[in-house]
Amino acid sequence: MQSFVQVQALKQSFPSPSGEGDLVVFDDINFEIAKGDFVCIIGHSGCGKTTILNVLAGLEAATGGNAFIDGREISGPSLDRGVVFQAHALMPWMTVHANIAFAVRSKWPDWSRAQVDQHVQQFIDMVHLQGSENKKPSQLSGGMKQRVGIARAFAIQPKMLLLDEPFGALDALTRGNIQDELVTIVRQTKQTVFMITHDVDEAILLSDKIFLMSNGPRAKLAEIVTNPLPRDRTRATMHHDPKFYEVRNDLIDFLVHRSKTFAAA
Amino acid sequence: MLKSEKLRALILSLLLFGVFLAAWQIGTMPATGTQTVDDEYAKLVGAAASSGQKSAFPTPTDVGRKLVEQLSDPFYDKGPNDKGIGIQLAWSVGRVGLGFGLAALVAVPLGFLIGMSRLVFQALDPFIQVLKPISPLAWMPLALFTLKDSGVSAIFVIFICSIWPMLINTAFGVASVRKEWIDVSRTLEVKPLRKALLVILPAAAPTIMTGMRISIGIAWLVIVAAEMLVGGTGIGYFVWNEWNNLSIANILVAVFLIGVIGMLLDMCFARLQKAVTYRD
Repeated sequence: MQSFVQVQALKQSFPSPSGEGDLVVFDDINFEIAKGDFVCIIGHSGCGKTTILNVLAGLEAATGGNAFIDGREISGPSLDRGVVFQAHALMPWMTVHANIAFAVRSKWPDWSRAQVDQHVQQFIDMVHLQGSENKKPSQLSGGMKQRVGIARAFAIQPKMLLLDEPFGALDALTRGNIQDELVTIVRQTKQTVFMITHDVDEAILLSDKIFLMSNGPRAKLAEIVTNPLPRDRTRATMHHDPKFYEVRNDLIDFLVHRSKTFAAA
Repeated sequence: MLKSEKLRALILSLLLFGVFLAAWQIGTMPATGTQTVDDEYAKLVGAAASSGQKSAFPTPTDVGRKLVEQLSDPFYDKGPNDKGIGIQLAWSVGRVGLGFGLAALVAVPLGFLIGMSRLVFQALDPFIQVLKPISPLAWMPLALFTLKDSGVSAIFVIFICSIWPMLINTAFGVASVRKEWIDVSRTLEVKPLRKALLVILPAAAPTIMTGMRISIGIAWLVIVAAEMLVGGTGIGYFVWNEWNNLSIANILVAVFLIGVIGMLLDMCFARLQKAVTYRD
């Protein structure tokens, strides 16, 4: 059976500024994502994680290789793939409600005002932002803005969600709260998710599979780790699971040592 | 504290104005004896002023009196050369409104096009750069010759001079819309028209509004100059007419009111600008 997402021999390169040969960011990237899976990709800066995400989102085209979703080649952005950007990317002149409604109306342009409002409210409630519907982004904290970005991406009920380090700019406390919310939401909606993160604990909490990228240039998808922890893990208790530190140490060892040596090997 | 700061600024302003009025009063007190003046100046101002016997320049009280006189009956109409200052100002503001409005109708869509297409920008840029610095007074003869109507010529000159800041600012604002917002629109498959109206326009609005604010200032400057040349009605014509009558006091009243109207126009646009500004 064909996987939901298939990436084959993906390569990204730029003409070198000095003119001699290409600068290859990554090449020979192959992976598959099954429907309903939550995948985190981890790697040092410069290995091309955001590029891979942009290719899956259809925002960028890779220099070489193919990417398929649901059997069809990815040729551009689509409402089927919701994106949560690194820096929330909310429209500052629109209220929280209007930002999400903008997305909802893009997907369902024939809906009545009441339908749109009801749908938007559902997702505002989902991210616990009741009471902030009429605030502008400049009146919100970083965590709240990111929540709006998440609500907006979820509101269009896409087949796949792409999150580019969505919690990178948040403090640890806020991050923890939103991670818990995300776990709950994703378990309910059972969406396929591809997320970039630098936080190893976050990856262990959220994902079913963890993709490990070696260092760039010429970065590769070095390892795919299957999360050994049970699906009902929570942030508060998962570190008591015996397998937690095993997988955590493995990931950190990769980031500290193996990501560098992978190319040499 | 802000309130005391504003109060202090007000007191300082009033003090400066007082000093200015005092200097003016002293400067315009009648002089004794005759003064010799330039031949050209003598031809321009006529016998009385050129003999320097009585200072032709009015005192503050003269001007004050004239101001009250003009404002007490601003809308009288005693024929083509004798209309109230209110009517003249209304004519000028009307012409500005028309010229500016037409300029905005052309500048915003064209600016959008230039901002969104590098090809169009590069193609039109040389024309914009050459036309932009041309003074309204240079356009006037061309306009009068081709359009023949003086009123229409004045409006055309306002149009051709006030269009540039709006055009350039709109193009810049549209081209500078943050890529993130464009990317969001792409991932939501937003159609081009909806994107232009709901994303690009609000994003560029502060810059566009700044351009409009500059343009209205230019339009008001231009109308006074244009009306001086063209005549008929309007505050520029009023100034020129009063110059021919050597009524400096009336000129000063007109100059003061030109400044006030210009300030009011700017305040309107400043408010509009504030309305579309967003905190990023």
